[in-house]
Amino acid sequence: MNDAYAVRAEGLEKRYGEKRALDGFDLAVREGTVHGLLGPNGAGKTTAVRILSTLVRLDGGRATVAGLDVARQARQVRARIGLTGQYAALDEVLTGRQNLEMFGRLFHLGGRRARARAVELLERFDLTDAADKGVGGYSGGMRRRLDLAASMILAPAVLFLDEPTTGLDPRSRGDVWDAVRALVADGTTVLLTTQYLEEADKLASRITVIDQGRAIADDTPDGLKNLVGGDRIEVVVAERAEIPRVVKAVARVADGEPETDETELRVHAPVTDRVAALTDVARTLQDEGVGVEDIGLRRPSLDDVFLRLTGHRTDKEAAA
Amino acid sequence: MSALDLTTGPDGRGRLYWLLSDVANIVRRGLTHYRRQPVNIAWQLGFPILSVLLYGYVFGSAMTVPGGGDYKDFLMPGMFVMTMAFGFINTATVVVHDSTKGVIDRFRSMPMASSAVVAGRGVTDLVVACAELAIMMLTALAMGWRPDGGWGFLAAFGLLLWLRFALIWVGVWLGLLVPNPEAAGGLFAVAFPLTMISSIFVAPQLMPDWLGWVAAWNPISSTAAAARDLFGTPAGGGDSWVEQHALLMAGLWPLVLTAVFLPLAVRRFQRLSR
Ligand SMILES: Nc1ncnc2c1ncn2[C@@H]1O[C@H](COP(=O)(O)OP(=O)(O)OP(=O)(O)O)[C@@H](O)[C@H]1O
Ligand SMILES: [Mg+2]
Repeated sequence: MNDAYAVRAEGLEKRYGEKRALDGFDLAVREGTVHGLLGPNGAGKTTAVRILSTLVRLDGGRATVAGLDVARQARQVRARIGLTGQYAALDEVLTGRQNLEMFGRLFHLGGRRARARAVELLERFDLTDAADKGVGGYSGGMRRRLDLAASMILAPAVLFLDEPTTGLDPRSRGDVWDAVRALVADGTTVLLTTQYLEEADKLASRITVIDQGRAIADDTPDGLKNLVGGDRIEVVVAERAEIPRVVKAVARVADGEPETDETELRVHAPVTDRVAALTDVARTLQDEGVGVEDIGLRRPSLDDVFLRLTGHRTDKEAAA
Repeated sequence: MSALDLTTGPDGRGRLYWLLSDVANIVRRGLTHYRRQPVNIAWQLGFPILSVLLYGYVFGSAMTVPGGGDYKDFLMPGMFVMTMAFGFINTATVVVHDSTKGVIDRFRSMPMASSAVVAGRGVTDLVVACAELAIMMLTALAMGWRPDGGWGFLAAFGLLLWLRFALIWVGVWLGLLVPNPEAAGGLFAVAFPLTMISSIFVAPQLMPDWLGWVAAWNPISSTAAAARDLFGTPAGGGDSWVEQHALLMAGLWPLVLTAVFLPLAVRRFQRLSR
């Protein structure tokens, strides 16, 4: 495992008037990994990305990207990073190809290499058919993919992706993930902010949870899940009247107090000896003739982590 | 915007080389916009051309030029000035699109010279202004306008571009100031009266005293008067100091505008990283 850090931030501060967008934010991203930055709306994710990609000056603390100081060596930093912001940053009048060629030339590739790179990226992101149409007529997913392509023109040392798959359909999201994995295989380090816990879980080898401008947790996805507790047994019944009997059966094998969700008719509790607990509860309930809708073992999800750490679920779920 | 540094980069090419290359690429992008949407030029010229037709043919016979001369000959240079004056709206519109759609952010996150973004915009606008002037002049010639040729003509052309150059900075500043593209559309409502209260359509001495004074001191009046003089078409006279020194003022006004708005635009640009 590589011990060098591609991104290091210590005590980052950013104020907008009274509002502290970042309030002593720390981050360390290992070279050659995907690092997830997870947090609710307004937590400071975009602000952190904008500071690290030299777009915004910091008010306090210090940060290095690819070993270079973002404040004092901004220009050198820019030659080593790619950025896909939260909103697609494209020229709406130009075609997809013209966009990539323009950015390629502005990355100082020269005309011929810029053209060749554009062809390659259009192909990779499945945009070849739309290459010569104006971006103004692209769908949201096509824009996102073109925007990603633009941030990968140089195969950057560090790539910042601010919610890169928000608004994409599952297939496009898969394309983005593949592209990210391919880049990482070639040695790029990726800092990824996302609203999708599944995405962070799938891609990131390490996750920082940010809330109110501060890092409140930093661990591997599994480590974060252990923080909330290990596996749980979960039983869903058909009728409310059955709940007390289920609680009794679960309590015999559980490590802790069973919890009950009256509206979803669900009983769950932490367990250590997973399989023994499951067979025991299943047999007991069957013997007693309890009507069970569902029974199983559940690993805690990052949603649980989120809920535990920040006191609220991700906003998408709150809205659902 | 960092100071110009001519030291050699790691690729063996100088910073100046890449600065010029960046500017060229931004210009290329700006011109590609017009190639992809040629109708934009038509929109931008629609108003001046319509004004020429309206004032030249509908009101023309009722209009007089102090000191004599044909009104249409008086009107044409005014139309050229108006085309240049409205140009700042185009600049502002492109800039507000780029800043709200994040294109400027992408440029700023790249190793290119950020001053090239603004410089490229300026060069693009001047190239487009040349094309607009050429179209307007051909229209005027078709309507019977007959200017003097030679150096006077070139000098007038240069003064018109000089005014447009100064207004680039007003446009960049406004483009970074207004919150969204819709607001940029509203700039027309500001620009229209500003061009009316000038010597573009009517000689200031035919206006009420106070209004005539304001119109005479309007920067674009000086360019119009100087251009009329250089084209050898009726100038519409005027005894006030500023009208007597039109050529001087046509050189000075844009300089003053640039001195005020260029630093403002640069400051606004730097504030993007706040
Ligand atoms: N330019 C700005 N001016 C004023 N306040 C700002 C500015 N940018 C961010 N903020 C504030 O700073 C806080 C953090 O914003 P930021 O955009 O970094 O959050 P985020 O985690 O990216 O949220 P989201 O999930 O909605 O994208 C928010 O309260 C926001 O209102
Ligand atoms: Mg954000």
